[in-house]
Amino acid sequence: MINLQFEQLVKSYAGKKTLRVNLQIAEGEIVHLYGISGSGKTTLLNIIAGFKNPAGGLIQVAGKVWFNSKQGINLPVNQRKAGFVFQNYALFQHMTVIAHLKYACEEISLIERLIHMAALESFKNHLPSTLSAGQQQRLGIIRALSTCPPLLLMDEPFSALDDDSKALLLTNLKEFLKEYHMTAIIASHNHSEMKGLATNYLNMNDCLY
Amino acid sequence: MILTLLLNPGPLFLSLKLALITTFILLLAGLPLAWWLSVTKNLFTLVIEVLVTMPLVLPPTVLGFYLLIAFNPTHNPAKWLLQHLNLQLTFTFSGLLAGSILYSLPFMITPLKSAFQQIPESLSQASLTLGKSRFETFFLIILPAIKPAIISAIILSFAHTLGEFGVVLMIGGNIPDKTRLASMAIYDAVERMDYESAEWYAFILFSATFILVSTVFMFNRHNRYSIR
Repeated sequence: MINLQFEQLVKSYAGKKTLRVNLQIAEGEIVHLYGISGSGKTTLLNIIAGFKNPAGGLIQVAGKVWFNSKQGINLPVNQRKAGFVFQNYALFQHMTVIAHLKYACEEISLIERLIHMAALESFKNHLPSTLSAGQQQRLGIIRALSTCPPLLLMDEPFSALDDDSKALLLTNLKEFLKEYHMTAIIASHNHSEMKGLATNYLNMNDCLY
Repeated sequence: MILTLLLNPGPLFLSLKLALITTFILLLAGLPLAWWLSVTKNLFTLVIEVLVTMPLVLPPTVLGFYLLIAFNPTHNPAKWLLQHLNLQLTFTFSGLLAGSILYSLPFMITPLKSAFQQIPESLSQASLTLGKSRFETFFLIILPAIKPAIISAIILSFAHTLGEFGVVLMIGGNIPDKTRLASMAIYDAVERMDYESAEWYAFILFSATFILVSTVFMFNRHNRYSIR
């Protein structure tokens, strides 16, 4: 179970607003965050990952408290280990595709599976600069999966994918998340791509006060 | 006349030795300092940044004069260094080294700081979410990402130290085989109307600097950092 109850001041399209989140997510759920630009989707993901601190509240993941303002608990990012897929991919330019996965994962069979899942078998030894935008985005996704985190946070993760590779990846991703009992929160503008994947929805416009 | 130069390579070797040691120390001190300046914004870092950048525009003789006063062994801290560490900074190689480090500091710090600032925050965030520590992230992700800037900073600091004159003349005193660098040897040769020697020293320094700066430009042209 993931328990999110926090507040944070955000700058939105309509000036400064308070982002107020009160959400319980069951293990294995895939939550689709949607809402207009500036509604706080990325802020929410950043707060859960630990990149930003909320003004106050509680973040609890799989029985472990990540943040509790009342008790002064604030687990650092590297101890939360939430898988994160960045909107700008945030790839390591000096590392090949396989080096990205070996950076945090030692299990060769898992690495091979992830590379297959992203259809990057022929690009194992390529640097990110030699990959297409879609391939880079797929690499960003499998890198986040390489630690098999209990919680996966994805910020517009399929924006650069063509329809065919997106369909294949979504099917594989759904299977992978189920197999590893992972919970995912995905911020996306695209409702159609999330239809077959999401099991729950959160309209961020309703979280702004 | 090249024979004279070959018989007396001391100033060139001394310049080379000074540039190598200065660059090495600057790299070790410059990386954490530049990182700190790139991530911390307050009045104190602003003052440090101004002090670090000042040698770029300050007349070398001004810095040399202040260092000469500071290195005076009759006053602290130079007195303490002499008494406790037997380290004299005026008219010695150690003094030249201290002066060179301060004088070339901006050539190491400025490119490094600028490179650190250009690294997207998401890179270190990505590494941290994979369970890596800040230390691992710095050495395995951030430093490789700014490799072109590190190489530029090394070459620029080395080239700048190689051509130093004003500061080292003030605190080194141009003592043959002890503190006389190639740049001073040119000045000496001109003083005694030995233009041929001056020409050789100048040609070597000019060529070395040209090659080093060209290397920086060529390297940077091939290593542009891309955010994605």
